[in-house]
Amino acid sequence: MVETVIVPLIMVVTVLAAVLVTVMYIVLLERKVQAWVQVRLGPMRVGPHGTLQPLADVLKLFVKEDITPARADKWVFTAAPIIVLVPALIAFAVIPFASGLTLFGISIPGRIADVNVGLLYIISVAGIGIYGIILGGWSSNSKYPLLASLRSSAQLISYEIAVTMTLVTVIMLSGTLSMVGIVDAQLSKGWWFAFMQPVAFAIYVIGSLAETNRAPFDLPEAEQELVAGFHTEYSGMRFAFFFLAEYANMIVVSAVATTLFLGGWLQPFPNVPALSFLGLVPGWAWFMLKTFGFLYLFLWVRATFPRYRYDQLMRLGWKWLIPLAILNVVVTGLVKVLV
Amino acid sequence: MAEAAAFYILATLILGFGVLVITAKSTVHSVLFLVADFLCVAALYVTLRAPFLAVIQVMVYAGGIVVLYLFVVMLVNLKRPPEAHSDPRRLGRLGVVMAAAVLAQLGAIFAVGWVKPAAVEGTLSPQNVEQIGRALYADYLIPFELASFLLLVAMIGAIILAKREL
Amino acid sequence: MQTDTPRPMFDTDELVINMGPQHPSTHGVLRLILRLDGERVLDCNPVIGYLHRGIEKLSEHRDYTQIVLLTDRMDYVAAATNNLGYVETIEKLYGLEVPRRARYIRTVLSELQRVASHLLWLGTHAADLGALTVLLFCLRERELVLDLFEEYCGARLTYNTMRIGGQPVDVPPGWDKKVLAFCDVQDQKLPEYEQLLTGNRIFMERTKGVGVITAADAIAVGLCGPPLRASGVLRDVRKDEPYAAYDEMEFDVPLGVRGDTYDRYLVRLEEFRQSLRIIRQAVEGIPEGPIMGKVPRLIKPPAGETYHAIEAPKGELGYFVVSDGKSVSPYRFRVRPPSFCNLQALPQLVKGHLVADVVTLIGTIDIVLGEVDR
Repeated sequence: MVETVIVPLIMVVTVLAAVLVTVMYIVLLERKVQAWVQVRLGPMRVGPHGTLQPLADVLKLFVKEDITPARADKWVFTAAPIIVLVPALIAFAVIPFASGLTLFGISIPGRIADVNVGLLYIISVAGIGIYGIILGGWSSNSKYPLLASLRSSAQLISYEIAVTMTLVTVIMLSGTLSMVGIVDAQLSKGWWFAFMQPVAFAIYVIGSLAETNRAPFDLPEAEQELVAGFHTEYSGMRFAFFFLAEYANMIVVSAVATTLFLGGWLQPFPNVPALSFLGLVPGWAWFMLKTFGFLYLFLWVRATFPRYRYDQLMRLGWKWLIPLAILNVVVTGLVKVLV
Repeated sequence: MAEAAAFYILATLILGFGVLVITAKSTVHSVLFLVADFLCVAALYVTLRAPFLAVIQVMVYAGGIVVLYLFVVMLVNLKRPPEAHSDPRRLGRLGVVMAAAVLAQLGAIFAVGWVKPAAVEGTLSPQNVEQIGRALYADYLIPFELASFLLLVAMIGAIILAKREL
Repeated sequence: MQTDTPRPMFDTDELVINMGPQHPSTHGVLRLILRLDGERVLDCNPVIGYLHRGIEKLSEHRDYTQIVLLTDRMDYVAAATNNLGYVETIEKLYGLEVPRRARYIRTVLSELQRVASHLLWLGTHAADLGALTVLLFCLRERELVLDLFEEYCGARLTYNTMRIGGQPVDVPPGWDKKVLAFCDVQDQKLPEYEQLLTGNRIFMERTKGVGVITAADAIAVGLCGPPLRASGVLRDVRKDEPYAAYDEMEFDVPLGVRGDTYDRYLVRLEEFRQSLRIIRQAVEGIPEGPIMGKVPRLIKPPAGETYHAIEAPKGELGYFVVSDGKSVSPYRFRVRPPSFCNLQALPQLVKGHLVADVVTLIGTIDIVLGEVDR
C-alpha cells in the first residue's frame, strides 16, 4: 500500500513542484545569461541580483486582466493552454532521476513509473501538446495567430520525425524502450550513448531546438514576424500557461537528452574504478547537472545565432536531418549486425 | 472488479464521445471529441495489458492523423450546409434506415458464423513490443511492406497534386 | 467559338496585408502595403509621411544659421553629416573659403558619424534577423562615439555642430587622443562582429541572394550610397566631387559584386575600416589655424541657386538652395535625402520574396524615416 500508492504520490508532488520551480527560474536564468552575453546585467532589482524576479513575474501574470477576444470559441480558448501544459508535465512520469534508495525499509525508486514503453510514452505525449498550439491559434479568431500556429505546428511535426529516428538508434543500442532500461544499458556498456552515437546526438540537439520553438528555429514566435505568434491574444494566466509550457517542454527535452544520451543519473565513466570517487556525488545531482548543461546550451544558442526563415527551416528538417537520421539508423543496424 | 469498473467507465466515455463527434455543431469541436475518443481507446488498451498499442494509438492516431484532420478542417472552415430538401426529417429517416441495414447485416453474420482472424501465437506477454515486432517483421512481413508501400504511393500522389511547379 | 481559359483547380486569392506604421521592425514609422500570394510578395507599396514635420517649409522662415538646427533632425542617426551638407551648400552659394583646420575637423566628425550610423545599422539589421547580441555590441561601441561627440559639442544625437564658414568650437584638448583610442578599440571589435555574422551559415542563408538588384537597375531607380556600391557601381561623392578635406585623404571605396543583401553587408563592414583609416589620417594631420572663415555678420547669400551633395552614411545627401538675395531666409530649400531615393527601390527588391525577407530588405537599404519624410 505504502509503496504502490503513497510513495508514488509523494514523488509526483515533488517532481511537479520541482519542475514548476525550475521553470520559473529557467526564465530568470535565460534573462541573466542573455544579458551577460550581451554585456549587460539583466534583472537586478527584485531580490539580490534579481533572484526574486520570477515571483514578481508570476504575481504580475496572476493579476493581469483576462481578455477573451469577442468571437473566440470560449471552450477551446480556455482549453488550449491546458492542452499545451499538461503533456509537458506528465512526461516527467517516466524519467529516471536517480538509481533509487531505501529509506526506513521502504524502497523509493528513482522514478515515478517504470513503463516498459517509456520512451514511446514521452513521444506520444509530446504529440498531444501540438493540439494546444493549433487550437490556441485557431480559437483566437484572428488571422495572424492562426497562421502562426499552423506554421509552428507544421515545424514541430516535421522535426518530430527526425528526432524520433535518432531515438530509434538509441533503442537499437539499448534493446529496450524503458527509460530506466536505457540508463542501465549505458551503465552496462560503460559508455554514454552520446559517444556511441554522435550523429544521433547532434541531430537530437538540433531537432529539439526546433521542437521547442527555440532560436534559431523560433520564427513563428519572432516579434518581427507575426506579433507574438499563436499566443498573441492570450493574456494573464492563460499566457502564463503557454509560457510555462514552453519552458517545461525545454526541460522535458533536456531531461530526455540527459537520460538517453548523457547517461541519466550515471556519473561520468561509471565502470572505471579509479574514478569511483565521483560516485560520492548523488545520482540526482549528476542528472540535474547534465540537464542544466543542456538547458544552458539552449540559452547560449538563442543569444548567439540569427534565426532561420521558415522555408529554410523546413528545408533543413526535411532535406537534411531526416535523410541523415535514417542513414544513421541504417548504419547503426549494419554495425550491430556485422560487428 | 476494478478492471470491470474501468472497462465500463471507458466504454461509456468512448460511446459518449463518439456520439458527440457526430452531433457537435462546430466541425473543430467534432474533431476534438474524436481525439478524446481515441485517448479513451488508448486507455482501454492499457487495461488490456497492451501498453505498446496504447502508446501507438496516441502517437499515430491522436497525435498524427487527427492533427492533419484538424489542419484541413481549420483551413477549409466548413460550416454545416443548409438543408437542401424541403422535408426536414429526411435525414433522420435515412439514418434509421441505414442503421437498420447495418444491424441486419451484423445479425446475419452472427447467425451464419464468421472466421476468426489468425491470432498471434501464445498469450500476450509483458514483452509485447517484441511480440508485435516479431509478428510484423517475421510472420507478416509482406503485408506490412505492402501497406507501407501504399502509404508511400499516397504521399507521392498528395505531393504531386499540391505542388505548383514540379 | 471562344473557349474559356481553363480555371485552376484551386482558386487562390491574393492577400493584401498592412505592415506598420507601428511594427517592431519597420525602423521608424513606415507603412508598407504588401500584396501577397500565399507567402510570396507580389508587390509592396510604401506609404510615408508619418514623420513629416515640414522642415523644408519651416526653413523658408528661418535664418540660414537657424536652419542648421533643423537639418539635424532629418537623419537623426547621422546628424553631423546633415549639418555638413547644408553648411557646405551655403558656403558654395556664397563662395566662402573654409579654413583648412575646420575642414579637417569636419572630416573627422563626418567619418565618426559614418561609423556611428553604420553601427546602428548593423545592430538593427542583425536584430531583425534574430542575432540579438550583435545589437548590444554595436550599441556599446556607438556609445563611445556619442561620448566623443558630447565632449566636442555637448550633444549626443542632434549636434548643431557646424556653422556656415567653419566650426563654432575648437577641438578640446586631448580629444584627438581619445578619437585615436576609439579607433583602436573599434579595430578590435570589428572582428567580433564578423565572427558572429559573416561566416555564419544562418546569416548567409538569410542574406545571400535576397534582394538582388543589378547595377543597371540600381542606377535606373536612383539608388545611392552603399546599396549602389554593392551592385558594383563605383560612385562615391567623396571621390568624385571631394568636399571638406577628402581630397587630401587616402582611402578606398569598397564595391560589391552581386548586389544582394550579403554584399550590402560586406560593403558597409568594409566602409567601417576605411572610415577608421580616414579618421586616423585626419586626426594625425590636423593643421593649426583658425576654425572660422571670413563670414559676414548677417548671412544673406547673393541671388542664385546651387546644389551640393555629400556622401552621407546612407548615400548621396544633396541640398538645393535658392536664394533671392534679399531676405535672410532661403527662397526655397530642398533636400535630396538618400533614404527617400533608396526607399523607391524597395518594391523592386521585394518582388518574389517571402514575407520574412521584407524585414531583412527594409534593414538592408538602411532608411531613416526622419530623412524620408522630413
